[in-house]
Amino acid sequence: MMTTRKEFDLGLDELNALIVQMGKRVERAVGDSMLALQSVDVEEARRLIAEDKELNAIEEKISELGASLIARQQPVAKDLRRILVAFKIASDLERMGDLSVDIAKVVVRLEGQTLIKPLIDLPRMADIVKLMTYESIQAFVLEDTELAYKMAKDDDVVDALYAQIIRELFAIMMENPKTISQANLLSFVGRYIERFADHATNIGESVVYLVTGTRPDLNS
Amino acid sequence: MGTLIDIGKLHLYYGAFHALKNVSMDIPEKAITAFIGPSGCGKSTLLRTLNRMNDMIPGTRIEGRIAVGGTDIYSKEVDVETLRKKVGMVFQQPNPFPKSIYDNVAYGPRLHGIRSKGQLDEIVETSLRSAVLWDEVKDHLKRSALSLSGGQQQRLCIARALAVNPDILLMDEATSALDPISTLKIEELAQELKDRYTIVMVTHNMHQAARVSNQTVFFLNGEVVEYSDTEKLFSNPRDQRTEDYISGRFG
Repeated sequence: MMTTRKEFDLGLDELNALIVQMGKRVERAVGDSMLALQSVDVEEARRLIAEDKELNAIEEKISELGASLIARQQPVAKDLRRILVAFKIASDLERMGDLSVDIAKVVVRLEGQTLIKPLIDLPRMADIVKLMTYESIQAFVLEDTELAYKMAKDDDVVDALYAQIIRELFAIMMENPKTISQANLLSFVGRYIERFADHATNIGESVVYLVTGTRPDLNS
Repeated sequence: MGTLIDIGKLHLYYGAFHALKNVSMDIPEKAITAFIGPSGCGKSTLLRTLNRMNDMIPGTRIEGRIAVGGTDIYSKEVDVETLRKKVGMVFQQPNPFPKSIYDNVAYGPRLHGIRSKGQLDEIVETSLRSAVLWDEVKDHLKRSALSLSGGQQQRLCIARALAVNPDILLMDEATSALDPISTLKIEELAQELKDRYTIVMVTHNMHQAARVSNQTVFFLNGEVVEYSDTEKLFSNPRDQRTEDYISGRFG
């Protein structure tokens, strides 16, 4: 005989929906901040910085809902992992939002400048981490560990691109020390995206933990 | 942790009803083992086989082996009274005798031939202290046990069981008739007692099993579905049926 726990299941569904909502926003935020950087669009960057508040608000909602479900429904096993994982994913997504804000802040600091080079690899990195974000959330929704592992592999591509960007910026700085200030900021952006990808990988780990109950290390 | 109770290929029938099916498990000494499962799953039946309480139910037939400390408790040489001295039991409803607090605890030792007042006094005090009831009753040991609250009565029943110096304490839904505070006191008491006794408990309250036991056994339709460390069983059970039951989506 099956029994259902309607209230509890509704709560868990809502938790999932909030994660998906955060994931979509984060995916958009990193893409938009890269576009703002490419065109040094300060106004857009300021809008993106302000928008981050909404992301934080969703994370708070997830914390409150999760705490209330734990207190009232006393979940165990996978139900409990689902809530623990929601906390962890929400916190990763919140950090990813912050990193997008950091990129937007770089745009603000570049106000009035022209870029020292056309940006090619940074937007490529941003495209990859956008996809990683999408896939990590898909993996969460579908409880698809294979997708989680596949997504985590892209982190290596991101790391390789980051190393390449740093080398390139180094060469530019040595050639022309006047570029140092901007090149430095652009290398920060590379670093932000690289960190962003690590958080996406963490989400993949959370998915594997949710499904299997064991914690893998997808970063290695 | 060594094994104290060794159950092998145990089948139990109530007439035509096959209540326990091929149950095998090792229950470790000086730990708390909890039996959980929906009503009619066989968990209380198994508990009652451990001190042969099922003997009293007509039509009960048993196959297989239950050994306590290496001795087959269903062998002809085993005296049931001696067995029950070694395997004490506490029930769902506190059932003190309509006697004084003192006489409740002294009942068992007297039955086993202890007459000396000094010795009885000592046993009564030690048992009541072990059951964390001494401080509440020491000034009125002659008062009727029935004047105690439900939670106190249950601790008195535990003291009474401890007075004959058992190795094993069986708790059959021992807190289900108690209020939450008394329940927590009994749970705390069980935690303290497990250093000296082997405790086996049946509980309908899964969270109680999760809170207090070291091992948990999940039963379904007379079979053992899963026997794991409690932490493992409640965080990542092996069997989907266990997951469904402990998540409240089944049974």
